[in-house]
Amino acid sequence: MRPLEDYLVVDFSQFLSGPSASLRLADMGARVIKIERVGMGDICRSLYTSDLIMNGESSVFHAINRNKESFEVDLKKAEDCEMVRELLKKADVMIHNFRPGVMDRLGFDYDTVAALNPIIVYGEISGYGTEGTWKGKPGQDLLLQSLTGLTSLTGNATKGPVAMGLSIVDMLAGAHLAQGILASLYQKAIHNEGSLVQVSMMESAYDFQFETITTFLNDGGQLPERSVNNNANAYLGAPYGIYRTQNGYISIAMAAIPVLGNLLNCPALLKYETPTIAFEQRDEIKAILAGHLITGSTAYWLSKLEPADIWCADVLNWSDLMEHDGFKVLNMIQNVAMIDGYQYKTTRCPIRIDGELLTSSKGSPKLGQDNEAIIREFVQLKSVINE
Amino acid sequence: MRKPLEGVLVLEFCQFLAGPSAGLKLADLGARVIKIERPIHGDACRQLAIKNLFIDNDSLLFHTINRHKESYAADLKDPEDLKRLNVLISKADIMVHNFRPGVMEKIGLSYQAVQLINPKIIYGVVTGYGNEGPWAKKPGQDLLIQSISGLTYLSGTSNDGPVPFGLSVSDIMCGNHLAQGLMAALIKRAKTGKSVLVEVSLLESILDVQFEVITTYLNDGGKLPERSAMDGSAHAYLSAPYGIYATANGYLALAMADLALVSQLINCDISDLYGDKHSAFENRDALISRLGEKFKTAHTGNWLTILEDEGVWCAEVLDYKSAVKLKAYQDLAIEQELVLNDGRILKTTASPIRLNREKLFSTKAAPGLGHNNNEINEEFKLN
Repeated sequence: MRPLEDYLVVDFSQFLSGPSASLRLADMGARVIKIERVGMGDICRSLYTSDLIMNGESSVFHAINRNKESFEVDLKKAEDCEMVRELLKKADVMIHNFRPGVMDRLGFDYDTVAALNPIIVYGEISGYGTEGTWKGKPGQDLLLQSLTGLTSLTGNATKGPVAMGLSIVDMLAGAHLAQGILASLYQKAIHNEGSLVQVSMMESAYDFQFETITTFLNDGGQLPERSVNNNANAYLGAPYGIYRTQNGYISIAMAAIPVLGNLLNCPALLKYETPTIAFEQRDEIKAILAGHLITGSTAYWLSKLEPADIWCADVLNWSDLMEHDGFKVLNMIQNVAMIDGYQYKTTRCPIRIDGELLTSSKGSPKLGQDNEAIIREFVQLKSVINE
Repeated sequence: MRKPLEGVLVLEFCQFLAGPSAGLKLADLGARVIKIERPIHGDACRQLAIKNLFIDNDSLLFHTINRHKESYAADLKDPEDLKRLNVLISKADIMVHNFRPGVMEKIGLSYQAVQLINPKIIYGVVTGYGNEGPWAKKPGQDLLIQSISGLTYLSGTSNDGPVPFGLSVSDIMCGNHLAQGLMAALIKRAKTGKSVLVEVSLLESILDVQFEVITTYLNDGGKLPERSAMDGSAHAYLSAPYGIYATANGYLALAMADLALVSQLINCDISDLYGDKHSAFENRDALISRLGEKFKTAHTGNWLTILEDEGVWCAEVLDYKSAVKLKAYQDLAIEQELVLNDGRILKTTASPIRLNREKLFSTKAAPGLGHNNNEINEEFKLN
């Protein structure tokens, strides 16, 4: 039995943040129904700028929305709203990520929904909170990375701001929303109470940086300084970084510099004896290390460092990774099928419960593919539909 | 306000970041979290400082990750201590550890063994690479995990070589996944009344972070990500103008946008490079370069005024100094203050989750090693 078996989630959200939360709930066993705009659906089906179209829709949509149903409605029509309300009466969870105010206008704000279903768990994601200066600003991942200082942590000091090359803030907000919803579902199971769960991308971005921003706040306002070369963490000394070798790259985490000097047969490193020096003179040390590591192969250096328990690794791309037995043993890839028979490969849920992989063969839904079944199951007011 | 996990007792046999960050999430949601730490040294993170910042004997880093918790010092190799822990485990709802595979079996606290003490226990395990396979015994360290996962080919430019994310992203996401799994287990246990095993690994978590782009890779004939050659480009899979641009006095971030509109608003001719959506991919480098030349000619504020008015998604790029001065930073109450033992104040972030319109603040600072031994011994009658 999956943890959320028999739970119903009604998800109005689009793009990545909200839908990534409902994907997690779906893999944990919940039934997730996407409420999608008539004709167009989740904007991610078409507008997300991935260059790969699969079965008529963006690859990204298929990754985020597998294991869900689609209910296509026109929320400007009274009868469609009535159907959605019927659904919400039976739902355990509702999710949306509209900008503040939109759900109030549509009549699906928390207070209205809670009046229909007092024990519903209502989750919402905003960019910058539901009140205050920036509530109307677009909650877009790159903008959030830029506004919260996150771009000052990645890449070399010579580079200017460098973004993390994924929609990381969206995913964090989705992860935090899922946490708030799960905590509230536990409370619902014990006390039979509903609740409102709110997450903003801005707060999620700072939660991600809790170590570095706390350091900044307690270090007299010193800004993070990335190393000039081979940077991997602004706050860590040499050797922490990735280095080019004769035939690829090697990453080395924490290690005492003279120890490295001996193992790698690089006498120039022997004089950097203390951790303080390893931090203060990291640019110099990293430059020596980089000049040395380029003279041998990755495998050669690994054979010197790994037996001495130095934390190091080869640097792989996906193609190398997926050929490795260490990856294969995880069974991380699953095949899913859409209603029309189209099949695709994607990753599975990263959590195992009772030793079980939370896989599912159900692909993403075609827009409105479940309308008939949902109406039959949830809406007694058949006459309204037939009009 | 009653918090949702009130009454839930969590024993945290974890060190460093992944496991303890999950414990912190549960604590903020109302659980009582007791760190089980070895005597004398405790969680190794107590000594792991960045920039040599310590508060009394413990690193600032430790304080950041372990606020809102208690500490119980116990030696897992001492039979007397182990006996006390067995009693504590029999009263707990959740226990979590991040030892390498095999360690808890040797100590006698494997999932199977613990179920005999507490048949309703939720048992969480964090590993680097899962329990089996050639990597199972490798050190589960964030930079190494990033390096083998393919993640380092997504940031920076094609001239850079691999570029890691400048934060311990696999630890943090794994902690988030662990917290989710443990709470799902609480829901399951509420139904079945039985113990639940929850397992996560840093590697599976960092692969999940890449789920969109790996899915694209798997269904695109194995075509690897191609980063732009231009500094400031921000996503291997997104077309121009997505990226960060230098201006006359700083940097401007520009998200997905209608290139025709942007070029018209900033008065930059791109007609030879841009015709349709596809050319925004094909000519990405040239477009970023052309726009970049233009953005250099005026201040960030100037561009923001022009672009924001027309609904183009853009923002100024800020460092921490400017970011913490934003009104939005204050509005959202990003910071909270912890009260240290001697009355001093430590500023850190608060939980990012709000429940019933209330932010989940807590002023409780991280515990000293073994700080709560006496009261826990008394409360659970462990002596």
